[in-house]
Amino acid sequence: MSTLAPDRKAELRRDRSPRKDRLLRGMRTPGGAVFLLLLVLLAAVIFVNPSFGEPGSLIRFIGRTAPIAIAAIGQYFVIVSGEFDLSMGSVVTAQVIIAGNLIGQDDAKVLPVLLLMLVFGALIGLINGLVTTLLKIPSFIVTLGMMLALLGLVLYWTGGAATGNPADSFRQIGRGGIENIPVLEILPYPVLILLAIAAGAFWLMRRPYGRTLVAVGDNARAAALTGARVWWIRTRAFILSSLAATVAGIILVGYAGVHPSVGRGYEFTAITAVVLGGVVLGGGRGWVLSAAAGAFALEMLFALLNFAGVASTWRDTVQGIIIVAAVAAGARTWERRRRGASSATHDKQTPIAQPPAVGANEGGK
Amino acid sequence: MRRSIQSKVTVVAAAALLALTACTTDPSIENPPAAETEGGEAATTPAEEWFDQEAFDEQSEQRSASFIGDPEQPWLQYLEGEMTDTSEFASEGAKKVCFANASISNPWRQTGWITMNQQLEVLQEQGVISQMETRDAQDDDNTQIADIDYFIAEGDCDAFIISPNSTAAMTPAVERACETGKPVIVFDRGVDTDCATTFIHPIGGFAWGIDTAEFLVDNLEEGDKVVALRILPGVDVLEQRWAAAEKIFQENGIEATDYFTGADPTEIKKIISDELATGDVQGVWMDAGDGAVAAIEAFEDAGKDYPVMTGEDEMSFLRKWEETGLTGLAPVYSNFQWRTPLLAVERIFAGEEVPKEWVLPQTPIPEEERADFLASNEGMPDGHYAKFGGTDLPGYPEVWQERQIP
Repeated sequence: MSTLAPDRKAELRRDRSPRKDRLLRGMRTPGGAVFLLLLVLLAAVIFVNPSFGEPGSLIRFIGRTAPIAIAAIGQYFVIVSGEFDLSMGSVVTAQVIIAGNLIGQDDAKVLPVLLLMLVFGALIGLINGLVTTLLKIPSFIVTLGMMLALLGLVLYWTGGAATGNPADSFRQIGRGGIENIPVLEILPYPVLILLAIAAGAFWLMRRPYGRTLVAVGDNARAAALTGARVWWIRTRAFILSSLAATVAGIILVGYAGVHPSVGRGYEFTAITAVVLGGVVLGGGRGWVLSAAAGAFALEMLFALLNFAGVASTWRDTVQGIIIVAAVAAGARTWERRRRGASSATHDKQTPIAQPPAVGANEGGK
Repeated sequence: MRRSIQSKVTVVAAAALLALTACTTDPSIENPPAAETEGGEAATTPAEEWFDQEAFDEQSEQRSASFIGDPEQPWLQYLEGEMTDTSEFASEGAKKVCFANASISNPWRQTGWITMNQQLEVLQEQGVISQMETRDAQDDDNTQIADIDYFIAEGDCDAFIISPNSTAAMTPAVERACETGKPVIVFDRGVDTDCATTFIHPIGGFAWGIDTAEFLVDNLEEGDKVVALRILPGVDVLEQRWAAAEKIFQENGIEATDYFTGADPTEIKKIISDELATGDVQGVWMDAGDGAVAAIEAFEDAGKDYPVMTGEDEMSFLRKWEETGLTGLAPVYSNFQWRTPLLAVERIFAGEEVPKEWVLPQTPIPEEERADFLASNEGMPDGHYAKFGGTDLPGYPEVWQERQIP
């Protein structure tokens, strides 16, 4: 990009579709549609239960969904690179137990243990990544093994039962917030953490690393031929995923407390959120913030079912059907786009530049 | 011609499928009030399946019945009833006991398991029991059946203790153990056979439901809302707790909504937050105390008044209850029952008769007694159960404080 001559840059700007068109086109991709879905669900929830629309309730909802959204962002890195991370839920559980057991009621241990947890999280990601990329074992199996290994470790350590909550100062991260804020009443810390992570992820995906990550997910071979170190790019995605799970765990210790069931099923919730966000399983397509939006849409859907009074025995079934339907719809749209049908019929084509003459070297260099 | 029929069939099938999918999703979204009443009805059906008026009445009476034995040792108390003659088993010497355990996967079972091992230590010193071989089925029916069959075939056991994982699946295995002619002791969850020498259990799930629901009814007004947090469906002791409570709520005009939480505090917090966002909640009912703290914290986080609440005699709940000063009750599923099987072994080999159905007392902890239990369990971890009944055993309190799980 940076090697483009100034006049080519101006040409690019000129030939770009107007902002409105680009936005409309974006909304038609699954990654954009999830934001519409989110708005529709929000409207439905507020219709069923008007008090949910109050700023105080909404911000609390965002706060409690933050760990899932963070996990979804972490999972996005792995999925967009063409892999899976099934160990996410157990990483959350293991971190929750570590926090509970090591911090106890001692405020002085909060910082060292926090650091230890981050190092532990990064280490798990590193192992997942290296085993997947260097030993060429499918990540589905590697992370499944890691999930079971960590669950076994937790079971061995705790015997399957909670030991007790850590010091309140540590739990403040997930439970507390900045108080006395006008309109919102409280700004929960998890919301701030989520904003920081989302901004970081957004930035990272526009950096060379992010671009290469998507390229690796789309076609690892081609990416390797362009000189990308595929193994290290994917390994870093696994590290990011485990770190995201660690942050989710830290928040959950505060929000919920220490229990061996915290984090159970998180990997599937995160994967569902990512897919609902229009990210294609198998990699190469999708937008990181859509993954976070997918997490919110999913939780909003659960809240809607709750408010609509669907009997507890039916909730899982209804959730399952809706999720499969949403994912199927998303997959079909991508398929159509791949065949070029939608772009040909609906989108105004604005050629970027004159097609090069036959035999000419593009760019004239 | 043929082709047109085929295509017609396809169209009809597709239309039917569309209609079906429309049915499954629409009512929940477009028609909330109808769905709400439907929800109420749907929730009653499973509970009715588990409801048994005869057992309900019996357990209701047993709550106030007088137990035989020393009240200082509730683990040896029992209700008057049929006794099993054990004179045929009377013999000298230390015996080998084989214990098929369902699991130690929750804090209640862990606490009991620790107590049981300390009781074992005492009986080993007294020369009553030589050793106890234990197999942990890790919540799996098949594993436990295999465990019992292993004990029968090559365990060289003098007596069997079985804590069944589930009722129906374990019945044939328990019957096979009975056929060996050796004493068989079943405790906690039951089986569908009365071949066991003794079946040890606290009064039962209906009693729990009656105690807790009556407490909430007494402290709430008609039309108040109660959120019922249930761990999982299909386990008889838990289903009976809810069946009894739901009946009492309905009779007294308390609006109760039940949820399954898997004891996951994240789920519990979410459920309560959503309920609080919809409207006020005056009461919380739990079928087990695991996760009670998360439920209370959800009220704190939402800035709402504390509910009237029933938890369990788990330390985390007792402590939070005292700290917040809410109106509460700690129902008890007597954890000290884990001592009783080994003491039953002692009696059986001494030739003393034991109750055919050994019903242990099951008394909730009211607010007046809370301070005593907090004091006698000081230093115990949050997952400990106040009525563990092991204060006179060796190793108290360190073994329970350190959670030394053998």
